[in-house]
Amino acid sequence: MLTRRRAMLATAFTTLFVVPLVAGPARAQQSQPRLRTIATFSILGDFVKNVGGDRVEVGILVGANGNAHVYAPSPADAKKVAEANIVFVNGLGFEGWLERLVKASGTKAPIVVATKGIKPRERAGGHDHDHGRADPHAWQSVANAKVYVTNIRDALIAADPSGKAAYDANAAAYLAKLDALEREVRDTIARVPADRRRVITSHDSFGYFEGAYGVVFTAPQGVSTEAEASAKDVAAIITQIKKQKAAAVFLENVTDPRLVKQIASETGAKIGGTLYSDALTDDKGGATTYIDLIRHNLKQLAGALVG
Amino acid sequence: MHDLFIAPFTEFEFMRRALAGALALALGAGPIGVFLMLRRMSLVGDAMAHAILPGAAIGFLLSGLNLFAMTAGGLIAGFVVALLTGLVARTTELKEDAALATFYLLSLALGVTIVSLKGTNIDLLHVLFGNVLALDDQTLLLIAANATITLIVLALIYRPLVVECVDPGFMRSVSRAGGLAHLAFLVLVVINLVSGFHALGTLLAVGTMMLPAAIGRFWARDVTLMIAIATASGALSGYAGLLLSFHTGVASGPAIILVAGALYVMSLLFGRVGGLVRQLFPGRHLEA
Repeated sequence: MLTRRRAMLATAFTTLFVVPLVAGPARAQQSQPRLRTIATFSILGDFVKNVGGDRVEVGILVGANGNAHVYAPSPADAKKVAEANIVFVNGLGFEGWLERLVKASGTKAPIVVATKGIKPRERAGGHDHDHGRADPHAWQSVANAKVYVTNIRDALIAADPSGKAAYDANAAAYLAKLDALEREVRDTIARVPADRRRVITSHDSFGYFEGAYGVVFTAPQGVSTEAEASAKDVAAIITQIKKQKAAAVFLENVTDPRLVKQIASETGAKIGGTLYSDALTDDKGGATTYIDLIRHNLKQLAGALVG
Repeated sequence: MHDLFIAPFTEFEFMRRALAGALALALGAGPIGVFLMLRRMSLVGDAMAHAILPGAAIGFLLSGLNLFAMTAGGLIAGFVVALLTGLVARTTELKEDAALATFYLLSLALGVTIVSLKGTNIDLLHVLFGNVLALDDQTLLLIAANATITLIVLALIYRPLVVECVDPGFMRSVSRAGGLAHLAFLVLVVINLVSGFHALGTLLAVGTMMLPAAIGRFWARDVTLMIAIATASGALSGYAGLLLSFHTGVASGPAIILVAGALYVMSLLFGRVGGLVRQLFPGRHLEA
């Protein structure tokens, strides 16, 4: 009995782990040796696509409009991770489910933390249970996005040295675009009077934007969308808006907008459009790339704050 | 005193809305819960909540966070399961609980399948777990309308319903209204669960039905009084739960149910009808 069970386990083990390993190199020898990469969410995937160009294939686990905070990986995801040559993650505690997925998939691919070298923001004040936790939404500052890009470039070169020239060129071109984007953001915010740069949004993910560009964001929920707002939190926010005369309230593409609407109607603050925080959108949303996403947010903010 | 108990509601509109919603919910859910309990169907509410959830999820997937679509989806799924259950239980050998179990599990599995086919990872939990702090005009009107319908229909079917609770065999022998009353009652259960799901989420909605009913059971033998106590304790839990959430910062939905739970434990211990303390230390007047 025991031996039969052991034999079954061995078979299962072989099919799960060894077969992909054996199959992996064999496939890599085929004519088009594209590097298989996995990015945990859509924004990171966009960075990898821009740096990798034609030489890499990018699989994305949490797609457009998805919420990576509470994502539940599927067996298909484990398969994708097992077959990947590199796995790109955001880090800073953004993908809580990742560690188990990596273990379960048995992948040998290196895990590259794209936020390496970025100084994490602590969640200041507000919720007690968030103390000591880093804010993972580093991409909301364009300067940080450039760090992501250099990290991705270095990792791709390490995994595929023959493509160094292509990766360097792609990254340089993309970094130049990001520089232009950064200037655009600063110029636009500079046109908003300093005392009107106050915004309420339903999800506390704009800390890096706030730090970099000086627009103050307040949220009725904690740093993770998992926390449910209590009456005390909502009352505190309403009192705060009334006292500080916040100019606008923004909804977001991943959390419950009803609460924000309620707060807006009670305080008379203006409801701006939707700010995109954690995910790119599908074609309908008009933010299919990172640069579009930042431009979209900027337009929404400027429209509501100057208006 | 004023600051502690009244000021939160006079100062903030969202607290007034939440209170109005909680009170309307208690009015409908109180009597429904009592009848569910008397008919030994206490867990039916829970099962029906699961049956509704996929309908609402499909409504959400088809047209987003739309009150009408989600309500319609929930109602349709709930009605279909309730009617099929009632029909199977009354026409075949299968008992009501078994029939319900099969249909609600099928509904749940179908819902999960459709959601996964659609392949979206939008945080459905946020949508399916309503928020009592975010009740807009539409939702409040829906909850109030549902409570009104519930009370009117209950008034119409009250007599056959009570008789069927006590002696279903007798009811069947003298009238055919029993089956009809039973189906109408199941429909009311679904309506109230959909109401509760907008305010508290599907799972906690059952709490506003069953906990007050169980509380009422410990204080009264008479059905009318039991319903009155259940409704009152449901309303009290709503009010006290919102205050608890306002002053301590715990999430509002669970706070309401936890207050109801505390009332239940008190009733369990000190209730006049079968409370534990009463049983252990029978009053002296009983001996005289």
